[in-house]
This record gives sequence, structure tokens and C-alpha cells, in this order.
Amino acid sequence: MTAPATAPADLEELRGRVWAALGTVLDPELDEPITDLDFVEAWSVSPDGVATVRLRLPTFFCAPNFSFLMVADAHDAVSDVPGVERAVVTLADHHASDEINGGVAAQAGFIGTFGDEAVAELDELRATFLKKAALAGQDSVARPLVDRGATPEDLAVTTLGAVPPSPELDRLRRRRAALGLPDGDGAPLLITDDGSPVPVAKIPLHLRRARLQRVGIETNGEYCKSLLKTRYA
Amino acid sequence: MYEKDGEKYFIVDSHSHFWDASRENWKPGQEQYAKGWIDCFYGYHQLGPPETHWDYEKYLKVSPEDFERDMFVEGHVDHAIFQSTYLKEWYTEGFNTIDQNAQLLDKWGDRLIVNGRFDPRDGDAGLKQLEEDVAKYQCKGVKLYTAEWNNGSRGYKLSDPEAYRFLARAQELGIKNVHVHKGPTIWPLDKDAFDVSDVDHAATDFPDLNFIVEHVGLPRIEDFCFMAVQEPNVYAGLSVVIGGLMHARPKFFAKVIGELMFWVGEDKMLFGGDYNIWVPKWQIEGFVDWQMPDDEAFTDYAKLTTATKKKILGLNAAKLYDIPVPAELQLPTTADEPMQPGEELVKDVAGAQA
Repeated sequence: MTAPATAPADLEELRGRVWAALGTVLDPELDEPITDLDFVEAWSVSPDGVATVRLRLPTFFCAPNFSFLMVADAHDAVSDVPGVERAVVTLADHHASDEINGGVAAQAGFIGTFGDEAVAELDELRATFLKKAALAGQDSVARPLVDRGATPEDLAVTTLGAVPPSPELDRLRRRRAALGLPDGDGAPLLITDDGSPVPVAKIPLHLRRARLQRVGIETNGEYCKSLLKTRYA
Repeated sequence: MYEKDGEKYFIVDSHSHFWDASRENWKPGQEQYAKGWIDCFYGYHQLGPPETHWDYEKYLKVSPEDFERDMFVEGHVDHAIFQSTYLKEWYTEGFNTIDQNAQLLDKWGDRLIVNGRFDPRDGDAGLKQLEEDVAKYQCKGVKLYTAEWNNGSRGYKLSDPEAYRFLARAQELGIKNVHVHKGPTIWPLDKDAFDVSDVDHAATDFPDLNFIVEHVGLPRIEDFCFMAVQEPNVYAGLSVVIGGLMHARPKFFAKVIGELMFWVGEDKMLFGGDYNIWVPKWQIEGFVDWQMPDDEAFTDYAKLTTATKKKILGLNAAKLYDIPVPAELQLPTTADEPMQPGEELVKDVAGAQA
């Protein structure tokens, strides 16, 4: 059975929803949406609800595990959009394009796709990078407070609810929620990997680590953006 | 040697290549990987200043004359250390083997150091080859690619028992510097080739070897720094950091240098130009002129002194490789000296504002 053709105004709305769905897909390593990173090379939605998306990456050898995650996540996010009958998401110009595209289309999972070359699915990898993002996010939120004179003693008792609203705070809460770490108003701003509060004496080093983590992620992102720009100049 | 504003810098380029990525060398059936690899490098190349960009064809393979001009005549380099990168799965004669590098020894033997390599997956034959290479070239260092493909295997860990056997033998043979490629790479599936925890183990178990983490594990610089601060025999190889960031992303270059100065320290950082991804000239001149910006965002980071730059650009590596430095160019550095882990140091100096 063919899906009913969508009226032009509705199609425009559907397109908006598809783009918004793509905007929820992160490059886990860079902690940025693939739409902001310019990884979406082309996309379209047909009147009968077929969403076609082609992704691209900064190099031919970008790590296949992260590449697979992004293609699979984009496939899931677009498939879940009401009105999308079918999603076709592919990766262009990559050394593992064929495997990844075939694996995602068949919903084979990472092991099913790469066979003996993979020993585990990618949930753990995703969690590792969410943890990094949640540490870096503490720097993004705490740094302005430190710049305004907050001491380790102040920071030790600062909760998320006491921090002025900001996109960085929203993002930190989302990362923590995804990890099952405390993200409510009463949660401490500074926490260790297991969610426990950071003692006063350890706050200076904790902040150092959080900042280094943020520099690491952001520098990696800048590097990737530079290479993408060069590759698709 | 490079001289600027009355200061003289002894330059050791700790990371250079003499590769053959010409089409004739692309292994039949593997052309897409051979091309993909050098195309990746060419992408990095273009992160340098536009006036330094080369034509792709020239980039595939340089001549000995190019090397001589770019490194020694125009490039200010006093001594260069060759790192080999075999990639024989994709390049028929290898991408950049020890023998390719050694072609230049006849003319420049007094200024070139050829590092060896090994791959623990090669077993006894590999060990024998290492022994031969060391006998032939008096290697003091090796370059290891833990993510390299080898007969169906897509990588190994430095902490594998077989790797330990090679490290122990290398040490017996007089190797003291182990350069490990932990940076932008090729095939990390769930075996995360950027993961530096294997270096952590090896550095602890081989305290008399120096481990130079090339490209500072760039995609995971935080993992590298957290590890390096606890392992006194771990060094930061700056190739790809200066070349890829100083021109293209100066603010992030500043942050990375600032973090490295804090976590690793100026005695443990080694300049590497990564020829011919980039030529050394603009990197050395730019780094000597460079300073941590005055903006508020960088006030926590240390400024670089002339002594800092001298050590990073050459004196640290000279000490690791026992390269004689003219007396008037010398400065004390703790490079290559046994030290205690630095965790306490960090606790002492780190403040909320630090």
C-alpha cells in the first residue's frame, strides 16, 4: 500500500520535524549535533513520507564506531518522526560506508555489521563519551561562577537549581539525565563520575580536570570542523 | 639553528617522515585505503598557512633534494628524528619504512636519527628484524602504531604480553625512547586506538624507557594528560598540535598548550614538525613568535618564556637522544631524568582560579 501523498504545507511541516530530529543526533565524541557540525550533506522528504538523508564526515578514516553510531542514531531519530513512513540514512565517502550503510539499513547492530572485528555493541562507548560531556559541562556552568569570585567552599554547596538558567545548564542536565546521574534542582553542580558530591579540598583539581576535558572535546571538534571544511571546500 | 631577536634556538625535529605515497606504490586491491590515507594527510596539510600549501602530486612523494631544502636549508632544523610508518597492507613497499628513511643517511647521517619500529604481532621474526635494524642503524628509539593492521588484526595494546617481550628486548638492545602513535588514526572499532591506558601500564612497568605519546593522543588529550601527570617517563609529542592548530585554530592551540604546560610541563614537551604533512619552517618561526594571549580566557595559563621554547623546540629531545648541543645553546631540563609522579604537585598548585 502506498502512503497518501502529503499536502505541500504539511510536507513543509514534516520537513521541519525531520530536521529537528536530525538536530537531536550528536557526534558523541564532539558532543555537538550533526546538524551544527555540517555532517548532513543532503536530505529530502518525499510527499509519500520517505526521508532520505546522506551524512558526511571530516575524513575517509573517521572512526567507524562513532560513524556507525551517528548513522544509526539518525536513522532511529528520523524513523520516529510522525509522518515519516520510511527513513533511508547513508554515509558517504567513508572507508566503511558499505558496511555501515548496509548494517544500519538491516538494523543489524554494530556486531552484526562488523562481525569479528567488533566485540561489543556501542552502548558503553556512548556512555563513556556522555560521561566526558557531563564533566566538561561542569566547567561550562561553573567557570562563570569562578570568574565572579566563587570559592571552592561556595561551589561545594552550589546546586543546579541555584545556578542562573543557561543553555549550558540545560545541556548539562540532559547529559546527566541520560547517564542516570542527579540532574534535578537539588543536585550538586560539581559531582564525580559516580554522582557523589566533590569534597571542598578536591574542588580545585576537579575544576582543572573539567576544564581540560572541555578543552579536549572542543579542540577535537575544531579540528574536525577544519578538516571537514578542507575536504568539502 | 634558528636565531630571532638575538636568541638562538637549537632545533630537534622529533617527528619527521620521508614517505612514498606515489600511485605506483598503492597496493593492488587496496588503492582506496592507500589513497584514503594520504588524502587524510593532505587534509591536515591544508590546515597550515595557505602560502605553504603544496600541489597534491608533489605531496605524494618528495625527493631527497626537497627534504634537504625543507628541513635543513630553509627549515632551521639541526637534527631530525625519522619515524617510520609501514602500512604494508596498503603500500606495496611500505608507506615510510626504515630503509626508505635510511636513504638519506649517506648524506645527512650526522644530522638524522633513524628510529626503528616493531610490531609484537610479528613474533620472533619481528624480534629478529628489530635486532638487525638496531645493529644497522644504532637506533635509540622506536615508533609504534598500535592501531596498524596486520594479517587480519586491527590493532594491539602496548600492555599485551607479547608487546612487553618486545619492549624488554628493545631495552636490552639500547632503545630508550618509545614513540607511540596515539592520535588521529585509522581503524579503531571498539578497540579504541586512542586509548592511552596501555601506555600507562607500560610506562609504569618500564620506568627506564621514555614513552613519547605522539600527537598528545589528540582526540583524547584529557586521557593523555591525566595519565602523563602520574607517569614521569611519559612525554608529549607536539606533532599535529603545532601544525594543525597554531594557524588554523589559534585559540584552541593556546588552550592545548596551556593545558600541556600545566599537566605535562615544559621539560616533557617535544617539537615535531611531521614533515611532509607540513614543513618545519613556519611552525618553528611561528612558535618562537607565539605567546599565550592576554585575553581574560587565558589568564590562568602560563606564559611561555624563551627558555620554555628552547626546551620544547630542541633541548628536551636532544637530551632524550643524547644529541650534542653547543655549550652556548644549552639549558637545564629534567627531560630524561628520573622523577616522581606529579599528582601532588598538581594538588598544590591548583586553585579554583589556577
